[in-house]
Amino acid sequence: MTDPSAIAVRLKNISRHFGEVRALDEISLDILDGEFFSMLGPSGSGKTTCLRLIAGFDLPTSGSIELHGQEVGNLPPYEREVNTVFQDYALFPHMTVADNVGYGLMIRKVSKAERNKRVSEMLDLVQLPGMEQRKPMQLSGGQRQRVALARALILHPRVLLLDEPLGALDLKLRQQMQIELKTIQQRVGITFIYVTHDQEEALTMSDRIAVFNTGKIEQVGTPAEVYEYPASEFVAGFVGVSNLIGGETARKLTGTSDEFTIRPEKIRLQEPGQPIGAEVCSIGGSIRDVIYLGMYTRYLVELDDESDLTVVQQNLHTTSMDVLAARGRPVQLVWEREHNRLVQRG
Amino acid sequence: MAATTAYVPSPAPSFWRRASTYFYRHPRLSLLMTLALPMFWLVVIYLGSLLALVAQSFYGVDSFTGQVTNQLTLDNYRLLLQPANIDIIVRTVTMAALVTVSAVPLAYPLAYYMARYASPRMKMILYVLILLPLWSSYLVRVYAWKLILAQEGIVSWFAAQTGTSGLLDAFLQIPGVGGTSLALSNFGIFIAFVYVWLPYMIIAIEAALERVPKSLLEASGDLGAKPRTTFRQVIWPLAFPGVVAGSIFTFALTLGDFVVPTVLGNSQYFIGQAVLTLQSTSGNMPLAAALTVVPMLIMGVYLWFAKRLGAFDAL
Amino acid sequence: MRSKRKHLGDHASWRLKAGAIFALLFLHVPIIVIILYAFTTDERTFRFPPPGLTTKWFETVITSRPDFWTALVLSLQVAAIATGAALILGTLISAAMYRAKFFGRDAISLIVVLPLALPGIVTGIALRSAIGFAGIPFSFWTIVIGHATFCIVVVYNNVIARLRRTARSQTEASMDLGATSFQTFRHIMLPTIATAMLAGALLAFALSFDEIIVTTFTAGQQQTLPIWIFSQLARSRQRPVTNVVAVFVILLTSIPIMVAARLTREASSEQ
Repeated sequence: MTDPSAIAVRLKNISRHFGEVRALDEISLDILDGEFFSMLGPSGSGKTTCLRLIAGFDLPTSGSIELHGQEVGNLPPYEREVNTVFQDYALFPHMTVADNVGYGLMIRKVSKAERNKRVSEMLDLVQLPGMEQRKPMQLSGGQRQRVALARALILHPRVLLLDEPLGALDLKLRQQMQIELKTIQQRVGITFIYVTHDQEEALTMSDRIAVFNTGKIEQVGTPAEVYEYPASEFVAGFVGVSNLIGGETARKLTGTSDEFTIRPEKIRLQEPGQPIGAEVCSIGGSIRDVIYLGMYTRYLVELDDESDLTVVQQNLHTTSMDVLAARGRPVQLVWEREHNRLVQRG
Repeated sequence: MAATTAYVPSPAPSFWRRASTYFYRHPRLSLLMTLALPMFWLVVIYLGSLLALVAQSFYGVDSFTGQVTNQLTLDNYRLLLQPANIDIIVRTVTMAALVTVSAVPLAYPLAYYMARYASPRMKMILYVLILLPLWSSYLVRVYAWKLILAQEGIVSWFAAQTGTSGLLDAFLQIPGVGGTSLALSNFGIFIAFVYVWLPYMIIAIEAALERVPKSLLEASGDLGAKPRTTFRQVIWPLAFPGVVAGSIFTFALTLGDFVVPTVLGNSQYFIGQAVLTLQSTSGNMPLAAALTVVPMLIMGVYLWFAKRLGAFDAL
Repeated sequence: MRSKRKHLGDHASWRLKAGAIFALLFLHVPIIVIILYAFTTDERTFRFPPPGLTTKWFETVITSRPDFWTALVLSLQVAAIATGAALILGTLISAAMYRAKFFGRDAISLIVVLPLALPGIVTGIALRSAIGFAGIPFSFWTIVIGHATFCIVVVYNNVIARLRRTARSQTEASMDLGATSFQTFRHIMLPTIATAMLAGALLAFALSFDEIIVTTFTAGQQQTLPIWIFSQLARSRQRPVTNVVAVFVILLTSIPIMVAARLTREASSEQ
């Protein structure tokens, strides 16, 4: 079974240069056995490059990669106990679902009877029973995704790599698959390394997240840690939405002009003139714009220095009519001082 | 896992596995090995022959024995400047130009129709109809004109039926165009050349026109342009690269051909025939080589212009 | 004179249609003429209209013209071997060009297409002089060398087009699941390019079968079918025999082309 203290994947000072471009710059990372680990970041941040290095599709320019304590060096992909679910699923179009899923077993010369048995089991696991004889062309996007997953899991790899597997699916299906993937991961107990640019997805599914930015890792931590205590301005801005306050406004609020970030949902709207608590930041402004989002409302509040703060409030009591009427009203913004996060400039 | 099935270990290392890993780690070597055989063939055999050919054109021929000597000389090229040889070259180039220019108006309507009005199914049918002659044996298609233009053949019969025999005879009297019969004249050669290369021109123009978004044509019409203006200002400039691309085929193929002039010609030589005769009957390989360099050079210049005119993007 | 503005999506003008139909007729009537003359009773001239119609020439070709059969068999053999060689070489080049970006790629694309792009006499005489220089006698094999050289590009174009439509993740997925490069080629790549290879082979076969210019230069005493036909054109007896053979050749070259076109179309719609 999985041992939480064992390290499934260790990256030591990994760099990958493409000529002048540094796709990855001295990355070090430990991924624990059995965890659901996400690599989050915008396009070009290096997260996919990192995944490919672990899989073996690419070799690092420098640094080492260890899989369960063993250095993989320049082992090709077929010698590593790692399997991948590709972004475009990469199903073999000329083979049936059964042949696709059983491909790895076929290569390992497992008998036909045994193959059929395991393929059925796998298809049951991903909830596609009875689809053995279909061809990939006949399947929907969500079904293909599951076949790709089954194909990768059937070999019981100790680590499963997933490269933005849900990108092509529509919202509802994506949310459903997120839950299913998480469930499967917990059942099977395999380490999942999940690459995504969708921070909400990462927050939902992961045990831990690594935030990538232009070839470096800005922060590694649990979803709560990364969200509540972002280590840098980038993380604060990329994971969720954040307000950046500095200069004179900061001085007025905290006494120093050090920049800090504050999450929109931590700010409360009050009528001007109402009493304010002690350990609280408070500043006045007027509501410039209101965006009604059903479950909550987003307010853009303009401060005296003409900068904007974003505030998000649940629509507990108000309806759309009420909130939209708030446009133009003067308002007092109030939040607990402890929610301020100082920006660390790298 | 629900149904625990044991992990299947990797296969044991075998020769093929190790070989594969070796090539994986040395991508340059594996590239080299893939390309070795084809490159040997193409570079050594083919390019080598071309270079040898050009080299040959500089060898002399002993005027006494007719044997090829090893002395490097420009004699062959000087010989090319003799009136008789210049004649041949000019005749061939003129024919190539005429054929090219004539193929365009013939090809254009069909190409335009295909690109603009034909449904996908119709387009496929038309494609097959156009390519079918192309692949139905080149020699046979040239031969067909020998039949049609023969003295007692279809054209003569038609002229007799329509009372235009006199016109036909007068036409045959025109020097440089006519001959003893249509089937043995420069005109016959001309028709045959246009006929055999026409599919290339059609396809090339069609490919270029396909790339013109229909909306462009619509816009021009909407802005008040008459169809003729739309053609001149919008369609033609966009179709032109296709025309140039097609012309590469018609021009090059005409330059080097010896079959059509032999089947339908008289005693006036074209470059292809001259090369063949020089090389076989006269045994004068160096001169043949020198003569061959002429179309190579012409095509080199032509291709350079064609590239500038955007033909390669249209192909 | 068109006075009203044309709306797009309209029908083509009658002028355009007439021009298109004329071109089509121009392309096909000569072929019909060829077929017609295979049945004429006049064996010496091309008299029109034909004095009579008969099928006896078909019989003549089949039974009393062994030279035709020799030429036919030779053409088939040359085409088969040249196609085989072109398949191997063309596929190797495709594999190399698909995989990596390397120095000299553009040069290779040019070299591959050159044998077909340069006029036939250039290729023909170049090979002839090289073969003569190397002291190799002109024979069946020299014909094959010439044919294989210009058939490579036909195979290459088909296979590389197919490869370009294939996602790179296919080979990566295969290797990820435990297959070596060789196994990946066998199980994944080969099935993918199979139809393209077949289409290329069919086109190469037709190209080789029909070729005369390069063949004239690289053959010794052998006669391939086109060379045989060429020699027949100078004869003044049994002229319809040439037409009969022509009919036969038309069928033999156009059928592979149509099948190849079918294959390419099917494969691209499958994606």
